[in-house]
Amino acid sequence: MIEGRIAHSDIPLTKDEFVSGSMVKWCPGCGDYSILNCLTQAMARTGYRKEDILLVSGIGCSSRIPYYVNTYGFHSIHGRAAAIASGAKSANPDLSVWMATGDGDCAAIGGNHFIHILRRNVDVNIILFNNHIYGLTKGQYSPTTPMGTVTKTSPFGTIEQPFNPAELALGAGATFFARVPDNNPKLMTDCMEAAAAHDGTSVVEVLQNCMIFANKAHYEITARETRDDRQLILEDGQPMLFGKDKQKGLRLNGLQLEVVEIGKDGVRPEDILIHDAGHEDPIMHMMLSRMALPDLPVAMGIIRSVKQDTYDDLLEAQINEQKSVSKIRCMDDLLNSGDVFYIS
Amino acid sequence: MSTKLPKINLDQVVVKFAGDSGDGMQLTGTLFSEISAKDGNDLSTFPDYPAEIRAPHNTVSGVSGFQVHIGSKRILTSGDHCDVLVAMNPASLKANLKWAKMGATLLVDADTFVEEAINKAGYTQNPLGDGSLSSYSVIDAPITSLTRAAVLELGLDIKTAEKSRNMFALGVLLNLFNKDLQVAAQQVEYKFRKKPQIGEANKKVLEAGWIYVENLELISSTFHVGKASMEPGNYRNITGNIATAWGLAAAAEKAGLQLFLGSYPITPATDILTELASLKSLGIKTFQAEDEIAGICSAIGASLTGSLAATSTSGPGLALKSEAIGLAVMTELPLVVVDVQRAGPSTGMPTKSEQGDLLQALYGRNGESPVVVMAASSPVDCFYTAFEACRIALEHMTPVILLSDGYIGNGSQLMKIPRMADLPAIHPPFAQPNDPSYKPYQRDLDTLVRKWAVPGTEGLRHRLGSLEKTDAGAASTDPENHQRMVKLRAQKVQKVAGRIPELKIEGDPNGDLLLISWGGTCGAVRAAAERLHKKGISTGHVHFHHIMPVPRNTAEVLGRFKHRMVCELNSGQFAGYLRMLFPGLTYEQYNEVTGQPFIVENLVNSITKIYEKL
Repeated sequence: MIEGRIAHSDIPLTKDEFVSGSMVKWCPGCGDYSILNCLTQAMARTGYRKEDILLVSGIGCSSRIPYYVNTYGFHSIHGRAAAIASGAKSANPDLSVWMATGDGDCAAIGGNHFIHILRRNVDVNIILFNNHIYGLTKGQYSPTTPMGTVTKTSPFGTIEQPFNPAELALGAGATFFARVPDNNPKLMTDCMEAAAAHDGTSVVEVLQNCMIFANKAHYEITARETRDDRQLILEDGQPMLFGKDKQKGLRLNGLQLEVVEIGKDGVRPEDILIHDAGHEDPIMHMMLSRMALPDLPVAMGIIRSVKQDTYDDLLEAQINEQKSVSKIRCMDDLLNSGDVFYIS
Repeated sequence: MSTKLPKINLDQVVVKFAGDSGDGMQLTGTLFSEISAKDGNDLSTFPDYPAEIRAPHNTVSGVSGFQVHIGSKRILTSGDHCDVLVAMNPASLKANLKWAKMGATLLVDADTFVEEAINKAGYTQNPLGDGSLSSYSVIDAPITSLTRAAVLELGLDIKTAEKSRNMFALGVLLNLFNKDLQVAAQQVEYKFRKKPQIGEANKKVLEAGWIYVENLELISSTFHVGKASMEPGNYRNITGNIATAWGLAAAAEKAGLQLFLGSYPITPATDILTELASLKSLGIKTFQAEDEIAGICSAIGASLTGSLAATSTSGPGLALKSEAIGLAVMTELPLVVVDVQRAGPSTGMPTKSEQGDLLQALYGRNGESPVVVMAASSPVDCFYTAFEACRIALEHMTPVILLSDGYIGNGSQLMKIPRMADLPAIHPPFAQPNDPSYKPYQRDLDTLVRKWAVPGTEGLRHRLGSLEKTDAGAASTDPENHQRMVKLRAQKVQKVAGRIPELKIEGDPNGDLLLISWGGTCGAVRAAAERLHKKGISTGHVHFHHIMPVPRNTAEVLGRFKHRMVCELNSGQFAGYLRMLFPGLTYEQYNEVTGQPFIVENLVNSITKIYEKL
């Protein structure tokens, strides 16, 4: 993005100023409340004027969020938020464009738009509420529901392999991907802030709990008592360590990642892999994003953040280039260009 | 110029060029049109090509055609049957002879009438030798060998050399019609300016074709089509799709907005996307979307954020866009949806024309979802209708569906070049920054139009969306609010009738028979009305540019005639619509769904038969 393209507020803004005041209608205890808190906090931290922020959403519980955020907002139709946000940002790069979506909205009905916004690298910040279930339609399995899960539409367990959103996004060429649990507001806010700062499409996947239809779907990963051993919180340039006293870490064994303990079997601190979020080749990011319990911890934080030209910048650049070289400057020029003849 | 042969003056002539796909018939037809235009003829063209890019060689299904109608009088259609048919191989002759008038001149490449090609075309014997063409005037020139001979000195390989066969045919035709060879040579040179060597070969073959007529006493006379009396000024030949693209661009410039087109390639609408993609110097943004839905959704995103937004498609794409059009209806955002109709249902006949999407445009959405529907009537009219569609979309904050069709989209006409200063101004209803009384759905009391508060505008932050809303923009399921909003959205669209021109009757202002048309059939129905009038039936013709809403005086105009006949290239969609709107009247209908434009002669004969029974 061209530096200074989006106007900054003259005065520092607080999180509270980004709350719209509309009555929030999510179920009590829903993970979405945490996302709303972190999102408004992250928006305040960007320093952009509230007027210059646009929050676009699709359909579902997640997609009600624009009504609760005191910026410009657009609650659209099922699955299409990525296409609408792409048009909004391409047409008007002076806006900071955000998008809220869920696992059904983004990975099922909107799957096509999701992979193509990533491929194009349009500068949009996507918050993906992943709760493994269709909540607003009352409990049908989604494309991220684990195999075998019993839901209303899979009374005998699902027989579909789920998508891992990170894998899907990286496969589509994502330049920024972060994963956060809904009960770590600091990490979530930091990742959202980094997503806003990233030029290009950024995805923050929130492992969000739906109390009603998929309660504790992420519990094995997110439970406070065990999370230190089950989550690896990535920090760019730092060794990939986890566990209560950070004694466990990741090492490559052939083409596989493995968990090792420092001091055990002669493992030294320098044997632990260093996280390089900016590495252009996504193979390690893909391996990190695939890590799953019980053998490996689940990767949290910014998995990938690489620089690549954005669609919106390249589009503007082409227009500016053509404006400087073309003889066609206005419609009268165009109408009178080429094969024109006079009839008397 | 040919001086040896006597000239016969004609006021109009129809020429059809037909060959294998890849024989360059579209280029030949275009060149013939442009050269005729420079000679002062009015014209209308109609490319008729198969969906396949290169169908099997020498088969009837691979025949590509281009029809040109030139005249010294006002040309309303691309013509019925042709006076001259150029057939570059047996299959072209087989496929097109039925479109040639009895006694027409046939120019054929005799070299291609070999056994294999004759059989492949479906002939049992050589039509050039069996007397079956005796009622035509046949010029069976060995075009392939003469083409090769003409470029021999250039040292081209045979394949490249033979690619300019079409220029030989063009040369013959230009001499036959007394056109200026110099103008033609310049035109060819211009077309091939990026490949000068190929251009040189084409010019040589063009001259060879020209000389062929001079030297051989093939024909007893040549023809001359005089200058048409047209308003003096600068002109250009333009297809409907290019005119549509330019109309959108002109509206953006006039409104002081950026044009954004979100679109997905689809026959026969793709030219609108490709044209606008090339106009970046005008600040136009095009977004080639991943699908039809993303095409319109990206446009809605652009409209939301302050651009003049449009999407272009054909019938199958319009079907995919339905839900998103509803979103634009609900959020009351300006949006132009161009549907270049083709024969359906489903994939149908992608390169053939039809008016089958009218009801889809009017009603093809969930819920009560009114939009403005307009239809362009000719290639040049595409420019003005696209401009007007944008003006209405912007000033009335509504989606507008603009119906074009494959016939006028790909067909061309001479356009008198307009001056931007002469086009009407466009004033989008932008909300004032920091207006303390701003509400997203507060409406102008007269037009019922809401204000456009573009993100970035200070002090007007609000949330729009697909849910039903109150005036203040809050989501609501209140029964009375919904009833009121449904009514307001419908009334807002109806209010557009207050600004659009009244219907004008051409021909007899009242009397026995009123011919009714909409969209791309205007020229054919107008011509039919003129002929019926000459036959002694008091006939008027009324053409609808505006379909939703219809012009204010529609009921009065329809009531002036004893009988009404709705002529459409579908099974009677507009006739049914009129019956619903104005049930007190009876409507006759004449319909064709052949994928082809109306043949004026068929129209006249069929209408006469129906009329006589009334």
